[in-house]
Amino acid sequence: MIPRNWAKSLASMGGPGGPSPAALFGAIFIGILSAVTLLLPARAADSPPALQAPVQSLLQRLPAADYDDKRQLIEQLSQSTDPRVRPALAALLDGRLVAAGADPHLYILPLQGGNARDAITGEEAPAPPDAAPIGVNNQLRKALRVALAKFELADPDVKVRRAAVKEILRAPDPSILAALRARAPLETDARVRADIGAGLALADLGSAEPGQRLAAVEALKDNLNPEVFNRLSAMVTASDDGQPAETDARVRAAAASALHSIESTRAIYANVQTLLFGLSQGSILVLAAIGLAITFGVMGVINMAHGELMMLGAYATYLVQQAMPEHIGASILVAIPVAFLVSGLAGVVIERGIVRFLYGRPLETLLATFGVSLLLQQAVRDIFSANNRSVITPEWLAGSLEINDALSITYNHLYIVIFTFGVFALLQLVLRRTRFGLEVRAVSQNRAMARAMGIRTGMIDALTFGMGSGIAGVAGVALSQLTNVGPNLGQSYIVDSFMVVVFGGVGNLWGTLLGGNALGVVNKLLEPVSGAVLAKIFVLVFLILFIQRRPRGLFPQKGRSAES
Amino acid sequence: MIMKKHIAGAAILAGMSLLGHGAAAADTIKVGVLHSLSGTMAISETTLKDTVLMMIDEQNKKGGLLGKKLEAVVVDPASNWPLFAEKAAELLEKDKVSVVFGCWTSVSRKSVLPVFEKDDGLLFYPVQYEGEESSKNVIYTGAAPNQQAIPAVDYLMKEVKVKRWVLEGTDYVYPRTTNKILEAYLKLKGVKDEDIMVNYTPFGFSDWTAEVAKIKAFGSAGKKTAVVSTINGDANVPFYKELGNEKISAEDIPVVAFSVGEEELSGLDTKPLVGHLAAWNYFMSINTPANKEWIAKWHAFTKNPKRTFNDPMEATVIGFQLWAKAVTKVGSTDVEKVIAALPGLETANLTGGVAKVLPNHHITKPVYIGEVRGDGQFDIVWKTTATVPGDAWSDYLPGSKDIEADWVTLKCGNYNTKTKVCSGQNYK
Repeated sequence: MIPRNWAKSLASMGGPGGPSPAALFGAIFIGILSAVTLLLPARAADSPPALQAPVQSLLQRLPAADYDDKRQLIEQLSQSTDPRVRPALAALLDGRLVAAGADPHLYILPLQGGNARDAITGEEAPAPPDAAPIGVNNQLRKALRVALAKFELADPDVKVRRAAVKEILRAPDPSILAALRARAPLETDARVRADIGAGLALADLGSAEPGQRLAAVEALKDNLNPEVFNRLSAMVTASDDGQPAETDARVRAAAASALHSIESTRAIYANVQTLLFGLSQGSILVLAAIGLAITFGVMGVINMAHGELMMLGAYATYLVQQAMPEHIGASILVAIPVAFLVSGLAGVVIERGIVRFLYGRPLETLLATFGVSLLLQQAVRDIFSANNRSVITPEWLAGSLEINDALSITYNHLYIVIFTFGVFALLQLVLRRTRFGLEVRAVSQNRAMARAMGIRTGMIDALTFGMGSGIAGVAGVALSQLTNVGPNLGQSYIVDSFMVVVFGGVGNLWGTLLGGNALGVVNKLLEPVSGAVLAKIFVLVFLILFIQRRPRGLFPQKGRSAES
Repeated sequence: MIMKKHIAGAAILAGMSLLGHGAAAADTIKVGVLHSLSGTMAISETTLKDTVLMMIDEQNKKGGLLGKKLEAVVVDPASNWPLFAEKAAELLEKDKVSVVFGCWTSVSRKSVLPVFEKDDGLLFYPVQYEGEESSKNVIYTGAAPNQQAIPAVDYLMKEVKVKRWVLEGTDYVYPRTTNKILEAYLKLKGVKDEDIMVNYTPFGFSDWTAEVAKIKAFGSAGKKTAVVSTINGDANVPFYKELGNEKISAEDIPVVAFSVGEEELSGLDTKPLVGHLAAWNYFMSINTPANKEWIAKWHAFTKNPKRTFNDPMEATVIGFQLWAKAVTKVGSTDVEKVIAALPGLETANLTGGVAKVLPNHHITKPVYIGEVRGDGQFDIVWKTTATVPGDAWSDYLPGSKDIEADWVTLKCGNYNTKTKVCSGQNYK
């Protein structure tokens, strides 16, 4: 997409080293195009320089043109092989092509740091301060993507070529298909070739020759691309006059069987996807609840400010990003320990300042921590204002992992699942394998005996509460990537967190892990059927019934300490 | 110790809610401001409070009204719907304000409506809403569905050639009623049942994965698909983020939003939103002298050149000007007289048109469709040629198409033209 190497291709096309494969392809491509569209004389392919003047004037007409004119200009530009066209169009798409008032020059702003370039001479030139981007709307963006895809078909990067083929398949028109057909024999990468083959087969579905159509159906029978599915179902379903769109019975039968197999594959992937969605939502629940599982589950403190500790973690992320605007990608990683410390310290202060006076009085603890939660919310409102803060999603967290045409999972959810399991494993390690963990367990099981053994229970209480709070802060970092960072962030998660802990079994971290994920999956299974609102209600009702049957949750704690 | 803390906390809270109750000076005209300054709606409503304060400031610079200075009485209903009614009663009964500017969500308006009718107050309501209402005591300066939702759908149908529709909304009265109207309208235009998907999510919804996957699947059926979004509040942010992550661009499945404006976009990374649409009656980027003048005034008043101006703020400005004109015209702030004088009054809106109060207590408004730009502003891609008169009762709902609102000749907000009966809301 981005012409990283346009200077290089400029040199290779115009330079003395002879025609590069790209230039060669360009020449063939333009030749075919002109044969198809008859818009350009055939000799144009032999003498690109003759085209250069029009390119310049076409480009210079862009700033003043209205949207319809711009579309025509883009159309004309895209048929040129001039090496200046592609970077200019790519810049136009990104809003980096700028022009200033009456100044005839166009400038391409750099993607990152560096100097702007003159779009016509290709030389570095600072853009005037009043230069404004040339506007594009949705239709233009679509036209630009298709136009750029034609150039990208010959890009040395396989990924760019695959993306280009995909782009073309979304809007296959005859001139583009011709370009695709020309590219097919030149393509070296097997996957790109397969994509091109699918695209051409898709075009062949509309062929007048039944044999060709049959072959096309055969070629597409395992393809999960939604476009294929649409075209095939259009072939077998009756059109308005009652006749199926496909006239040949053999082709129709083949299409029907292909459809059947595609449908069943798609159904399997849809289920896998629901499961993945459920796990990702479950992970978020677990992450939010796991800190609570320690403060509430292990220590027995009902901490209503738990949500606000998450909120503090999210705001810590925001502040870290403000502090390092040049390194957004790394800021999230830096934010994890920072958020842990901020929320952890806040937790220690809450424990030492309030909670420790109220051990064994759950109702008063509840009220006191609820008060703390209000205080924290209002404090954040006073410091940061009531408006949400925007935490930028770094590039490595944006986008989605496309496993195939029917299955994709967004990176932020994928990473959160991994992150949750990481946090969980680390926590288990701390509790099971360190001296601190041993002391925490000892104090939670029998405080008096632990004290008699020389454990400073007060300090352990503070540290345990701090650890639970710190994990809430870490959850806040993850939530900042998924939801709004505002004073109310915590409130939307506190009920869910308690729900998970109670469902999983108070005092059992494994229960929290399993309970959170189970609730997530159940929720996502219900959502498509009942809608998001009802799904949530159903889950709550289910939980109430469950607690009636098993008041101690999925994994009740066993032993004498559980009875007290 | 804890008790003490609680008492202190309660005192602080009480103190905050009392903020803004100035001492009553004798010869001022009191203007009530009933917007949430805390809670979920604070994000949107705080700027409206500031807008009213700016208008009062402007008016006082010109010498006030009827030779008296204007005085703002600001209360905070804290995004709490029953509290809206309490605060409204307080403004009308205790502070005896002449007019109230306030409310955002429809549920808050419904909550104060009985109070205004009982105490005979006057409320200017500045936000686009679902219609199906016309009260003697309310002037609706925001858009009715025929001034926002219907034109937006028309645009998508005609210009973008949309054939399949997702009506995605937050689960409360405004989206539900609007979607009911839109569904009826789309079916009237020949859209089949299977080409419409209606979906609701709770307030503050954040896990959009499954919903967006559903939209993606619905949109990959070979027909041009668009999402009409009545998603309200901050649930929009994760929604658009998820669209971006799933690589659903505005070229594939455009989303036209009715509740996302400049203010909502100002705290947001707009890159994944570029090209998505919003339908409003005003955009900050509209290039008219009046608009520039007001934006400059706003920046001077807030002392912040980055503050955005948006549609409900324009509606507040229009409402205030209309009220001031009506008061000047009748020479009194008496609610009865002012209400009688309002229908037919005109004032210039900020986009070069005229806002005229209609007998049904709605106003005329232009409709604009804008595409989100990279800088959080909108590019106008379509607009109506003339202003559209607001229709209180939708023509596309079976129950409401025979209903007429007319406070000039019929003196009724709910008049059935078939049975010739004026019913509802206790009007005779």
